[in-house]
Amino acid sequence: MIDYFKEVLGGFYSLLAGMAVTIRYFVKPIVTVQYPRQKIEMSPRYRGYPQLIIDPETHVHRCIACDMCARICPSQLITVEGTKFPGEKQKRATKYIHEHQYCSLCGLCTEVCPTDALEYSKEYRLAGFRREDAVIDHLVLLQQRQYAVGLPVTPIPTEAEIAAAMAEEAAAKEAKAKAAEKAKAKEAPAEEVKK
Amino acid sequence: MNFMVQTLGTAGATMVVGLIGVMALVAVNALFLIWMERKVSAHMQLRPGPMEVGWHGAIQTIADAIKLMGKELITPEEVDRPIFWLAPIVIFLPVLLSFLVIPFSASWIIRDMNVGIVLILAFSTLAVLSILMAGWSSNNKYAVLGAIRSVAQNVAYEIPLLITVMSIILMVGSFKLTDIVAAQERLWFVLLQPVAFILYIICATAETNRAPFDIPEAESELVAGFHTEYSGMRFALFFLAEYTNMFICSAIAAVLFLGGWHGPILPGVVWFLIKVYFVIFLMMWFRWTFPRTRFDQLITFAWKILIPLAFANLLITALVLKLR
Repeated sequence: MIDYFKEVLGGFYSLLAGMAVTIRYFVKPIVTVQYPRQKIEMSPRYRGYPQLIIDPETHVHRCIACDMCARICPSQLITVEGTKFPGEKQKRATKYIHEHQYCSLCGLCTEVCPTDALEYSKEYRLAGFRREDAVIDHLVLLQQRQYAVGLPVTPIPTEAEIAAAMAEEAAAKEAKAKAAEKAKAKEAPAEEVKK
Repeated sequence: MNFMVQTLGTAGATMVVGLIGVMALVAVNALFLIWMERKVSAHMQLRPGPMEVGWHGAIQTIADAIKLMGKELITPEEVDRPIFWLAPIVIFLPVLLSFLVIPFSASWIIRDMNVGIVLILAFSTLAVLSILMAGWSSNNKYAVLGAIRSVAQNVAYEIPLLITVMSIILMVGSFKLTDIVAAQERLWFVLLQPVAFILYIICATAETNRAPFDIPEAESELVAGFHTEYSGMRFALFFLAEYTNMFICSAIAAVLFLGGWHGPILPGVVWFLIKVYFVIFLMMWFRWTFPRTRFDQLITFAWKILIPLAFANLLITALVLKLR
């Protein structure tokens, strides 16, 4: 008989304890956001697709088209092309395509980059209607990001400009080679004289 | 109004006005309760609930109702057609009839019958018949299982419910709802009969088929229980009846235990509705706190705990009344 009442009262107490938990949650502030209208800041550790860093000083990307990222990529998703433009010391990327649909977000490309030109983006809205929607042209994306924060947009070199730059560089190379040959030819007889 | 009094007599005019009022109340109440349930459940799970349609999603339910009206009324091939068609209507009738005797305030009552409480309890049992009709005629195993469970559940909660109500009636000496409320002018019966109040709330939760006693519907086990095969407005009628039934059970709780229309400053109707919606909030609170009981657990609980306690309560009440 005592056990019976103990069980009833114990059960009743447990019900009240459960209700106390839910009412406490009832008055707590809500934690979800109204998604399309409100968005939350992603954590600094979040790994979206890799993207080109906008250099804080020059406001353009730092990619030198060294092809390291394309070589280390385990799924070979990255295509980089670059040209050396007249008056510049290093090559500059003219095309940077990332086929993100197969990307495993391993992050090797960001780690291998000699100029630290890549970072993880905070983008999580990756849905598209076609497979091709997942192919990211990073130079276009860079322009969009620059426009969004109000920086001057870096123009993408056109094919004609690339061809001109390449021709000029080839000419410069040829001239340099000729000059070197001449110098060699000059040096050779001098050596013979010494003997 | 005068024209109606002349042609129908005072009682007739009250009936017509009351019927229109009750129909409006049933619709508005269901719309409000569905919104309230969604809000209560959402906030207990730390989310905002419907926010898009209207102020804080206030007219979301109206949008849902319009959608339901636009849906096709599907009648599966081998159902028992007349019964299948009749069940949603039958579940709605007792619910509507119960409003006949509910005293919203001292004067706001359609018909002050002297068997009021018996009438409500008798009619509310009819809902089980309709659930059985719906489940059986659907020709669907889940629906039949839901219907069977509903009948078994009825055996479990109906007896303690009646015995609990009996102890209140012993104290008042009348079946008339207005008399019961009038007797609580100074002291609410919830203070004199706390055990009876708890037992009544438990039985009312079972009667309205709500969690933790929603075993006839048991959406995780039986698809949707007895209304699995119903769609569109027929389903909406079951839904409407469930929420109206909740209102009636809470109204009886307010009348029997919480002093009906009595309260300071505000008019009686407002006090009555506050009490009703408080009890409804309590039921929603239960639903989002407790997991569903198994069907044998409910029967064990009812026969081993609810009925002995209800009987003990009734005996003690009778003893105290006799010795006083």
